[in-house]
Amino acid sequence: METDTKLLRRGGDTKSQRGTEESPFVKWLLITIALGFVVVFLLLPLVNVFWQSLAHGLAVYWESLVDSDTRSAIKLTLLIAGISVPLNLLFGVAAAWAIAKFNFKGKPMLISLIDLPFAISPVVAGLMFVVLFGRQGFFGEWLDTHEIKIIFAVPGMVLATVFITFPFVARELIPVMEATGTEQEQAALTLGASGWQTFWHVTLPSVRWGLLYGVILCNARAMGEFGAVSVVSGHITGQTDTMPLRVEKLYQSASAASMTAAFAVASLLALLALITLVVKTFLEWRTQREFALAQRSVSETPLLAPSIQVPSRQQ
Amino acid sequence: MSIQLSNVSKQFGDVVAVNNVSFTVQEGELLGLLGPSGGGKTTVLRMIAGLELPTSGDILVRGKRVNDIAVQQRNIGFVFQNYALFKTMNVFKNVAFGLKIKKWKKADIKNRVAELLELLGLDGLEKRFPHQLSGGQRQRVAIARALAPQPSVLLLDEPFGAVDAKIRQELREWLVRLHSDLNVTTLFVTHDQEEAMEVSNRIVIFSRGHLEQIGSPREVYEEPSNEFVARFIGVMNVLDTEVRGGVARVGELEFPAPERRDTRQLRIGFRPFAVQVSPDPTQYRYPGIIRHTFFLGILMRVEIELPSGLIIRARMTKEEYAQLGLHEGQNVSILIRSYRILRGEDEPLSPEITAVDKGPGAYGADI
Repeated sequence: METDTKLLRRGGDTKSQRGTEESPFVKWLLITIALGFVVVFLLLPLVNVFWQSLAHGLAVYWESLVDSDTRSAIKLTLLIAGISVPLNLLFGVAAAWAIAKFNFKGKPMLISLIDLPFAISPVVAGLMFVVLFGRQGFFGEWLDTHEIKIIFAVPGMVLATVFITFPFVARELIPVMEATGTEQEQAALTLGASGWQTFWHVTLPSVRWGLLYGVILCNARAMGEFGAVSVVSGHITGQTDTMPLRVEKLYQSASAASMTAAFAVASLLALLALITLVVKTFLEWRTQREFALAQRSVSETPLLAPSIQVPSRQQ
Repeated sequence: MSIQLSNVSKQFGDVVAVNNVSFTVQEGELLGLLGPSGGGKTTVLRMIAGLELPTSGDILVRGKRVNDIAVQQRNIGFVFQNYALFKTMNVFKNVAFGLKIKKWKKADIKNRVAELLELLGLDGLEKRFPHQLSGGQRQRVAIARALAPQPSVLLLDEPFGAVDAKIRQELREWLVRLHSDLNVTTLFVTHDQEEAMEVSNRIVIFSRGHLEQIGSPREVYEEPSNEFVARFIGVMNVLDTEVRGGVARVGELEFPAPERRDTRQLRIGFRPFAVQVSPDPTQYRYPGIIRHTFFLGILMRVEIELPSGLIIRARMTKEEYAQLGLHEGQNVSILIRSYRILRGEDEPLSPEITAVDKGPGAYGADI
């Protein structure tokens, strides 16, 4: 009997430990590694950006931000995001709607194609547009004779950004829309609502958090995109520099003042990232609730016992 | 509102969901569409609503063809199987939706919604969201929402499928009362024959896209038009027999079939109520032993095993059971009072044949 007790004890030396759990040493080792990695590779650089940008005081920081070329870079970034995010909002909703609500041939193809921008290197994406619209490109001659500038101009940068940020909204919406199904829309139709009224009053509200989440991610990427935009921008200071391109240019010029300026602009982008992160976390929580609500079956146990009585009509 | 379907068919790709169905719904009727799943009943309901378009045939409402009229213009109230409540809207907004779309005045909407919520016993729940309601409450919100724009016909798809048994019973009675209060033409789909029998004025029975029979609950029970209906409505003992010497036999059971040739297969069916059980093992021709009894509320189901191993199901009231002093394991004898010859799923049934027991040793049944 004594050996039995000993065996039992050996297994249960920590009270709350389950049979399948690793030893505390392994647990803490893994946590330390993960945490250490986050601190060294993510947190330290981020803190450093803010540190460097403020190294010469707030006045210098402010001055480097109100520099006219930097200001135009900020404006251009806002402009590009301002055009491409609404466009992709529209495309994303349309694509998600088509995929979630209809069955058609080539649907799996469309789903894979939506992911294409994630799979392609941004530089290649930029080059695609140069090949299409550049001077030696496919439409180059025609564009030249009609004096339309796309490459090395804002239109090309918008195109590249739209391409890169295309998947964000659609990918967020598809699962929510699929889980919601089409019954609510059909119910709206039987109540006399037109297609547009149904979309506006029923479909859109039921996916609003997922939609916002997609838009936030889309916006963050639109403002932060470097590779694709860099290829089509032509790097014309004060004209085709976005914030990420401006950061690189300032940094490359290597003077102490422009270094600080580079970090100042970078700190704005980092701030955008932090805000996105906070909003994203909140929206993620809301989207999950939305998704759970959409999926929840109606046959769950009643919260309240219903009292059923039809009051007899008084004649 | 009288609704008429004439030769309506619906195909989904190669699948024929509804096959050449014709029937008429009377103004103010409470009609049940009954059938096993995949029978086509929900498709029929959705075609009447305009949510599906018939592949061929016409749907007429008050004599007017509505095939090309959009769902929005048909003025129907539809209650979906899972209710399809707008989950981002509270109860008030759900019920008010159809009225808002129809551009009712705010004050009118308020009055109408209040009236409906009271009628359906939902007052006080205006601010609740669908996920905060019980199954039965959701069901009634869905009905209130469908009724709000004063539809000329109310369509319900498996209205009681998603609630538990006790609430289902309450809701059935409640639907009958609501219908008699509002007198709106109502069609509902169900796969539960008991539910259809209890609630409907008339029942339309579907199977595999065909309309099998239409009639009052009593008609379809007592005069089933074919074997499918006979077996689907209520319980039936079904025996496959073989004719030898003018008698259809299975085990020790014999049914006279003088005009049938030898070796012919005959399928015999009889209701459990048609089985008379006697505690005296010699009173009727066929002796047997009670294997199981099932308590079904006021009814008892008794399973009797004959010496050949055949199991015969009988039904009687609890009182009868007590009076006869029956119990499991008891030796009894049985009489099959009436039976039918079944001729295959789609064939018309033979008239019911009444049997006369001449006591042990004689023929079991006589015409």
